[in-house]
Amino acid sequence: MAPVRGDGMRGLAVFISDIRNCKSKEAEVKRINKELANIRSKFKGDKTLDGYQKKKYVCKLLFIFLLGHDIDFGHMEAVNLLSSNKYSEKQIGYLFISVLVNTNSDLIRLIIQSIKNDLQSRNPVHVNLALQCIANIGSRDMAESFSNEIPKLLVSGDTMDVVKQSAALCLLRLFRSSPDIIPGGEWTSRIIHLLNDQHMGVVTAATSLIDALVKRNPEEYKGCVNLAVSRLSRIVTASYTDLQDYTYYFVPAPWLSVKLLRLLQNYNPVTEEPGVRARLNETLETILNKAQEPPKSKKVQHSNAKNAVLFEAINLIIHSDSEPNLLVRACNQLGQFLSNRETNLRYLALESMCHLATSEFSHEEVKKHQEVVILSMKMEKDVSVRQMAVDLLYAMCDRGNAEEIVQEMLNYLETADYSIREEMVLKVAILAEKYATDYTWYVDVILNLIRIAGDYVSEEVWYRVIQIVINREEVQGYAAKTVFEALQAPACHENMVKVGGYILGEFGNLIAGDSRSAPLVQFKLLHSKYHLCSPMTRALLLSTYIKFINLFPEIRTNIQEVFRQHSNLRSADAELQQRASEYLQLSIVASTDVLATVLEEMPSFPERESSILAVLKKKKPGRVPENEIRESKSPAPNALAQNNVIVNHKVNSNANADLLGLSTPPAGVNNTGGSGTLIDVLGDIYGNNNAATYNTKKFLFKNNGVLFENEMLQIGVKSEFRQNLGRLGLFYGNKTQIPLTNFMPVLQWSAEEALKLNVQMKPVDPTLEAGAQIQQLLTAECIEDYADAPTIEVNFRYNNVPQKFSIKLPLTLNKFFEPTEMNGESFFARWKNLGGEQQRAQKVFKAQQPLDLPGARNKLMGFGMQLLENVDPNPDNMVCAGIIHTQTQQVGCLLRLEPNKQAQMFRLTIRASKETVTREVCDLLSDQF
Amino acid sequence: MMLFMLLFSRQGKLRLQKWYMAYPDKVKKKITRELVTTILARKPKMCSFLEWKDCKIVYKRYASLYFCCAIEQNDNELLTLEIIHRYVELLDKYFGSVCELDIIFNFEKAYFILDELLIGGEIQETSKKNVLKAIASQDLLQEDEAVEGTLRDIGLL
Repeated sequence: MAPVRGDGMRGLAVFISDIRNCKSKEAEVKRINKELANIRSKFKGDKTLDGYQKKKYVCKLLFIFLLGHDIDFGHMEAVNLLSSNKYSEKQIGYLFISVLVNTNSDLIRLIIQSIKNDLQSRNPVHVNLALQCIANIGSRDMAESFSNEIPKLLVSGDTMDVVKQSAALCLLRLFRSSPDIIPGGEWTSRIIHLLNDQHMGVVTAATSLIDALVKRNPEEYKGCVNLAVSRLSRIVTASYTDLQDYTYYFVPAPWLSVKLLRLLQNYNPVTEEPGVRARLNETLETILNKAQEPPKSKKVQHSNAKNAVLFEAINLIIHSDSEPNLLVRACNQLGQFLSNRETNLRYLALESMCHLATSEFSHEEVKKHQEVVILSMKMEKDVSVRQMAVDLLYAMCDRGNAEEIVQEMLNYLETADYSIREEMVLKVAILAEKYATDYTWYVDVILNLIRIAGDYVSEEVWYRVIQIVINREEVQGYAAKTVFEALQAPACHENMVKVGGYILGEFGNLIAGDSRSAPLVQFKLLHSKYHLCSPMTRALLLSTYIKFINLFPEIRTNIQEVFRQHSNLRSADAELQQRASEYLQLSIVASTDVLATVLEEMPSFPERESSILAVLKKKKPGRVPENEIRESKSPAPNALAQNNVIVNHKVNSNANADLLGLSTPPAGVNNTGGSGTLIDVLGDIYGNNNAATYNTKKFLFKNNGVLFENEMLQIGVKSEFRQNLGRLGLFYGNKTQIPLTNFMPVLQWSAEEALKLNVQMKPVDPTLEAGAQIQQLLTAECIEDYADAPTIEVNFRYNNVPQKFSIKLPLTLNKFFEPTEMNGESFFARWKNLGGEQQRAQKVFKAQQPLDLPGARNKLMGFGMQLLENVDPNPDNMVCAGIIHTQTQQVGCLLRLEPNKQAQMFRLTIRASKETVTREVCDLLSDQF
Repeated sequence: MMLFMLLFSRQGKLRLQKWYMAYPDKVKKKITRELVTTILARKPKMCSFLEWKDCKIVYKRYASLYFCCAIEQNDNELLTLEIIHRYVELLDKYFGSVCELDIIFNFEKAYFILDELLIGGEIQETSKKNVLKAIASQDLLQEDEAVEGTLRDIGLL
């Protein structure tokens, strides 16, 4: 051990040696207690304790604290040391306070005067000591006491560079706890101009400060962009000797470069000025070029510093997402890292490529590295790297490579680490659903998931496969056959029994023709699993059996036998007993007709977004579980998006609201879902619970479903309409762990509008308990035709923070349609009759990509009018008829929708007997196909 | 921004802790325990970065000591490794081929050096020369005081 300069403290060294020599934990504790007693008595009794002794004892206390013991005295002595005129004593006093004192301690007020004195010292060493202490504590008290001095120190011409550096970071620390301390006005430009300072250390520290200020107020600090770009450009083109000690292992000022690159990421686009933009791109290119040069040193520090700058430059390139050239180059250079021998670089390259995969410009480039990434997933020694490879495969997956990637992920799942299985299962399920062109493939994938990793398949996943099978007729027979085969395995996972039970109960009849899967065989197969399953699965199987009675009357007696067995004490579970006895009675008393009605096939599930994606997002807040290509960025500075975006309005895009694109193939590269994704991600980062899905337009075509959902609240709606009357049930579900208080939905519908549509709303309880759901009833009476729809504003407090959402109600005029059947002749007769100027409305609009005719027909059917078959000579055209019921009159309405496949356009024509109705119906429907 | 830095030995003994965020003492102890266990369990060739809670951990072992930093999601991992390295270089230069014992016996110096390198979790001075200069001027003050004290003791002042 080398002798230490300054003045050593012998007593301290002896004490530390003593502690190190202790043979046992007990001996150590004993020695410490002895020392504590000694110090305590010294502090209490000996009034003549000199500065050196105080310093020594305070230092011993610090050491004891660092060993993990609590220290509850000595603070006053430390405070006394601050005012010592000996630097060494003062310094120890400051150290004790920064290590031991909490931000909210009363002591803080006692030390403020000492700090003030030191700040005014002419010796920079003292000033820095004070600044470091302020920064270490960083409380509001500190901010209030020093908000005048520190900014002055920072920009004054008299301040020494070392002090400026500390002052900049000290101010940053205070700004983080009290954002209001930064002076505005002329200070702004003085702070920005620190970027031009001669001293690299000052610039480095100031850049951190400016970065934080920009995040708060991007407009005000916009001037920093030009300065930052030119500073960066000068550094990057400097030779490594230019910057002397700020060159780190042959890399010029890596810390400052990275900070400047981060600073620029606060703006998007970084700059509007073509000259600055050109210079920035040139600089970024230089960084990419330099990274390709042969290394100037074999030391890992050289490569780390160089690549730190490279990765940050790539971050900026990805962030701007506007220079295809740079994006592609970045991708190629990262590709080289994928097989680098440094684990760290492979990890970071995979991570960075996850982001590149979501840019439309580099998505294809990333895909070229698919094989290497698959190898990484399989071969990497470190699970975090394997996980990153999985993330990248997920991000780069698209229609073209989905089958291969899903297959590889399934293969890997068999041996994957337990820690990442659950997430992998979710990812595979999402990809399979999103990119399924052939739903038999999807069914296979999910059943394989259950087979390989059944324990990790959550409810959401197996619910989803059932929903999809029920909604897609073409896959039902295949699903029945496949689950039947899967169930024959001697040991099959309980989740397989659940899926199998449900699907056979619905569609077992589709395979019953084959003697190998005759009704009785199916039943026996399922029932052979019954005793191995949990009560929940057994309950599901009992429902399957009663459904079998309807599907296969010939095995009724076998099934009744089973019900009988389980309807008594043999079933310990009350739910099972009840089900068994009720099903038994039902099968005995009900006629075939009644049975057929009660046990009818499940109706289609409402098209709603998959809950699996939400589960994945919840699992990885802050990370990027994305498989979505972004559209090019908004011009606003990124930091602005932070300002409470309450509701994510995804208006006018049905295809995108359906996150998994089930009903329609996913929209192409330039979709409008991008902005939504951005907000969701930010919502996660900043912990605001405002990531919401909200889609009213969808409700033009349906009456039931989830109207609104975010982290806190889900609002479901059920509605029915007859003539000019409607009833709506709104279901508010509290998704959080604590009650929502002051809960109050308020209707927003002016008195004037209420003369046309009268809406009454029942009051609800002001408290919505954790996890609970309450219902609110609304009645609506259409008196006269109206435009738009009422809104409710939902107010409540979550954790005492007021929340407010405005949600449009699904109460559009079309809800009062009565469908009217008519033949071609009468349709065209009426069509001609309604030829007047005010009776016609027409719109031509671009189809959502790609043009989806069956989808459009479905929507029209949901809209409320009668879709008339074989009326229009052109089979692609759709025509509809309906009557809108209002209290005052009935308005007949005709519709014609003509697709133009070449142009990918639609022409929509509405004819109705009342002008306002014509316009409203046309407005409602335009851009919806 | 760096959230905290921990130095601990291969035996799991904490040698230095610096917190740039105000955590309650209980939380500090819990975080320390968890991280020490997690990192000691990792094998040599593994990646130096890990996702942990909502931040990133960057760590590196130098001889018997682990240096472990927590940084925010957007911070640069590679440069954090180099902050650690710069700190080690500074300790090395100051103590003359530093070892764990130096840090145990002169923990206050280790803190003073760290305070010159980082303030409020942000890098303050990246130049090795400048940091050493700042530490040297602190030492100079102390020496002057020591000399002054001695002179006073023997009655020369």
